[in-house]
Amino acid sequence: MKPFEQVVAEHGATVLRVCRAVLGPVDAEDAWSETFLAALKAYPDLDPDANVEAWLVTIAHRKAIDVRRAEARRAVPVDEVPDRPASRGDPGTWNGDLWSALKALPAKQRHTVAYHYLAGFTHQEVAGIVGGSEAAARRAAADGIATLRRTYASTTTDQGESR
Amino acid sequence: MNATSEPKAGDLFATLPAVDEEAQQRLHDRLVAAAEAEGVLDVAYRTIDTPVGTLLLAATDQGLVRVVYEREDHDKALQALAVKVSPRVLSAPGRLDGVAREIEEYFGGRRTAFDLPLDFRLARGFRLGVLAHLPEIAYGHTESYAQVAAATGHPNAVRAVGTACATNPLPVVVPCHRVVRSDGSFGGYVGGPDAKRTLLTLEAAA
Repeated sequence: MKPFEQVVAEHGATVLRVCRAVLGPVDAEDAWSETFLAALKAYPDLDPDANVEAWLVTIAHRKAIDVRRAEARRAVPVDEVPDRPASRGDPGTWNGDLWSALKALPAKQRHTVAYHYLAGFTHQEVAGIVGGSEAAARRAAADGIATLRRTYASTTTDQGESR
Repeated sequence: MNATSEPKAGDLFATLPAVDEEAQQRLHDRLVAAAEAEGVLDVAYRTIDTPVGTLLLAATDQGLVRVVYEREDHDKALQALAVKVSPRVLSAPGRLDGVAREIEEYFGGRRTAFDLPLDFRLARGFRLGVLAHLPEIAYGHTESYAQVAAATGHPNAVRAVGTACATNPLPVVVPCHRVVRSDGSFGGYVGGPDAKRTLLTLEAAA
């Protein structure tokens, strides 16, 4: 079994990218931190043949669902505001136009798009992460990316052409 | 895992950095702090530059568990720690500040004995007995392999003393470099002959 430091080095960047695409700039780093802490705890019991990145993204996926549920329940403001990078939402940066477009997708589509198109998992692996059938995962990813092409890609290509 | 199965789909995410070094560093620090707070950082490590090369230092909650010369291969040593101690291994320099300070003082000639909690879990039986004896050889002094064998109650185990020194998990701190041949020549060393000469010269100068 590899030292956990190597797991962080090999998969940390991809998991952060996925967390950002799924949760946006404000919650991504909390989700990453919770994911890797949970992974560190469970790591000694992980099947040595497991796909480590799929395992990490599965944990991150559950954290993302938890974050959204907590958000939905949260009626009163938290008394401590964590130190977070400012969400400036600059146009042309990921936390601007791209996140706006991703945020507008239904959660299932946003998740499957991130896991398949961004992290490179097969539809079968994505189904393993989000639950449900491979066909449903494939459909959600296809619908999501089609919407994203329409809502986001058009804004980026228009920028160049309109000048 | 495949790359994106449709052309250009991945391009949509071009503004989302593939690697964000600053964020990764911040998140790594945060992970180390959380792991320590929850008691799940089983092996913390860092490296330190010394006159005998870059040493890898690793500690458990019991104390310093491993000092590794470059020639032993740091990556292999971390891999071995993951197998023999725990795979919960993280780079956590802060946990080894005290160790690094004492080692720096030693190489600066300002320290003649180490005062550190040590974790001897990687040594067993006779070898452990040899390692327990080594700190009794004072700074600037040497003993022969035969003398160490006699001191540990096994006068015929001269070769085994050599093996115990060669497999010392805590070189420099547990001074196997102070064990030399009966004829006065240095003999082998886990850090290589040059490192042994450097340490014995340093101690002789004091």
